Amino acid sequence: MTPQPDALELEDLVMHFGPVRAVDGVSLTIPRGRVTALVGESGSGKSTVGRCVVRLVEPTAGVVRIAGTDVTHLSRRQLRPHRSAVSIVFQDPAASLDPRMLVGEVVAEPLRLSGRRIPRRDREARVATELERVGLRAEVARRYPHELSGGQRQRVSIARALISEPRLLIADEPTSALDVSVQASVLNLLADLQRDIGFACLFITHDLSAVEYLADDIAVMYLGQLVEKGSRERIFARPAHPYTQALLSAAPVADPVRQRQRQPVLLGDDLPSALDPPSGCRFRTRCPLAFDRCASEVPAQVGIGDGMAACHLVQPDGSGPDVRAAQTSEVLS
Amino acid sequence: MTTAERAGAVAAVATPVLAVRDLSVSFPTETGTVSAVDGVSLDLASGEIVGMVGESGCGKSVTAMSIAGLLPGSARISGSVRLDGTELVGTRESALRRVRGKEIAYIFQEPMTSLNPVLTVGRQIGEVLQIHERMSRRAARARAVELLTLVGIPSAAKRVDNYPHQLSGGMRQRVMIAMAVACGPKVLVADEPTTALDVTVQAGILQVLRDLRDRLGTSILIITHDLGVIADIADRVVVMYAGRVVERAPVTDLFAHPYHRYTAGLLSASPTPGRHAGTERLQEIPGLVPVLSVQPDACTFADRCPAADARCRESAPPLEVARTGGTLAATGHLAACWHPCPQPRTQPEEANR
Repeated sequence: MTPQPDALELEDLVMHFGPVRAVDGVSLTIPRGRVTALVGESGSGKSTVGRCVVRLVEPTAGVVRIAGTDVTHLSRRQLRPHRSAVSIVFQDPAASLDPRMLVGEVVAEPLRLSGRRIPRRDREARVATELERVGLRAEVARRYPHELSGGQRQRVSIARALISEPRLLIADEPTSALDVSVQASVLNLLADLQRDIGFACLFITHDLSAVEYLADDIAVMYLGQLVEKGSRERIFARPAHPYTQALLSAAPVADPVRQRQRQPVLLGDDLPSALDPPSGCRFRTRCPLAFDRCASEVPAQVGIGDGMAACHLVQPDGSGPDVRAAQTSEVLS
Repeated sequence: MTTAERAGAVAAVATPVLAVRDLSVSFPTETGTVSAVDGVSLDLASGEIVGMVGESGCGKSVTAMSIAGLLPGSARISGSVRLDGTELVGTRESALRRVRGKEIAYIFQEPMTSLNPVLTVGRQIGEVLQIHERMSRRAARARAVELLTLVGIPSAAKRVDNYPHQLSGGMRQRVMIAMAVACGPKVLVADEPTTALDVTVQAGILQVLRDLRDRLGTSILIITHDLGVIADIADRVVVMYAGRVVERAPVTDLFAHPYHRYTAGLLSASPTPGRHAGTERLQEIPGLVPVLSVQPDACTFADRCPAADARCRESAPPLEVARTGGTLAATGHLAACWHPCPQPRTQPEEANR
């Protein structure tokens, strides 16, 4: 084992639910203290990746390594010492907080489950510190989740996730259920905590604009597989894969002048079924640039800088197709 | 873009298809009255797309539902809603039933809960036509195929026999739109029509709505919390906060120079690609949308507002042309704020370009 193992390593992760191929060969590394965003549409398998990492489900194949330890097939008992190394925050705090537990009990639960005997007074002090760290008053510990607003509940979820001092945080659409103004405060909080504490983070989202603000690296997922990986700067400035380009062009910008000059790439709206994914490149059924080879041959991952793109049209120097230009010329011709 | 500008220009002069005046809605609950909408007025001109924006609990959906009498009987509604001159508030249910679906139609956020799972989409679209247009079943089916084609569903002749579960989320929302426009309504109310959809699908749905306006001249009231959607599709914007309209403006004006502090807060709180790259923080709006039992004679945003003073807590600001010394009065940009945001020194023409 290397002295400084990566916070998370996924090697060819596969998760099938019966015939549903939710995740089909995902490899991803998150170095210590870095934030990687996993972006994709609903049904792309991004949440399943998160659930495999915290071992809510046991992967069908592949390897999940957390801080150098292979946790892929550990039993619940074997897993327990490693539980404190990784935490998860879910999308809907109303559903992920037990309504019958006081906030203080919710936040303290990871400590209780860690098996270490911690005196009650110390535990309460830790809970108070943690609540204050996420911007809540310590008194909130004596309230029930339903007495709090959506944004406050999500802060409680974050406090619970961080009390065990994990080296890796999985944030699964943590702001998607929140209003714009509350979303901003939760994103700011996560960014501040990440900078102060330095945990690594897998930020799962469908919202590219939230990602630009938080992530160091971006991985784009489509129908169970990664189609592109790279630094945030590169993905936003020069997206290589047609799907990434389409995603970026489809997200509307809050500026009517700019927005109305843009031409979104319309993909047609049938995401193929994960029961029977298309042959070759899985994106080919919606790709405006697909040609014969895309149906017959699975595209290899072409390395671009420190990332990659899985597309037949992408060259090793990073040059390649531009669906936005392709669509414009089609309209003109 | 040119179409939008044209429609926006037309809107300023034409008589409105839908005129809402001083609409207020409250609900009696176990813990007392909740005032959801307070004195909302808005116009929708022929062929115009008006966007209504605000956070949850601001009264957007209640306003929309009260237009065609869709609220439960316990709701107390006052004010006036005129559709092409005909008053709808206080109208008998039987008369409203002739208006709904024919003159004014709705689409909602989650198409799966609005569609009947045991009927084919063709039957559901046909039902509207059989009831309102007294069409035969055969004719209604043929028209359903045309409508599905109109909203961009490929191989509509086959899709017409599908059940809702056989369609993707985007397809279902297209079916909802086809059903809504079946009788050629003058007004389409779209309540968060793309919120449950992915961005790649959303772009297509917004395109369908724009096409309908361009081809059929349908007036559309689109309700959303997403400023990106507003920027994309709306000609004019109404910003709601805690049951009141706090700002109303043509879309480019609103985004270029918001007057109301709440609008400004919303704009800087939404992550926009390119703007927050690097280390810049998102602006937060501290606090929450209040739930009000009585609408106070005060600005309801005062407790969250950086510019609030005693005056804001003592009297409610009227919705009027904000006095910031600018020359923007002609554009129809109104705000209900005693201390509107200072405006940049750019000429209005430049800002509007």
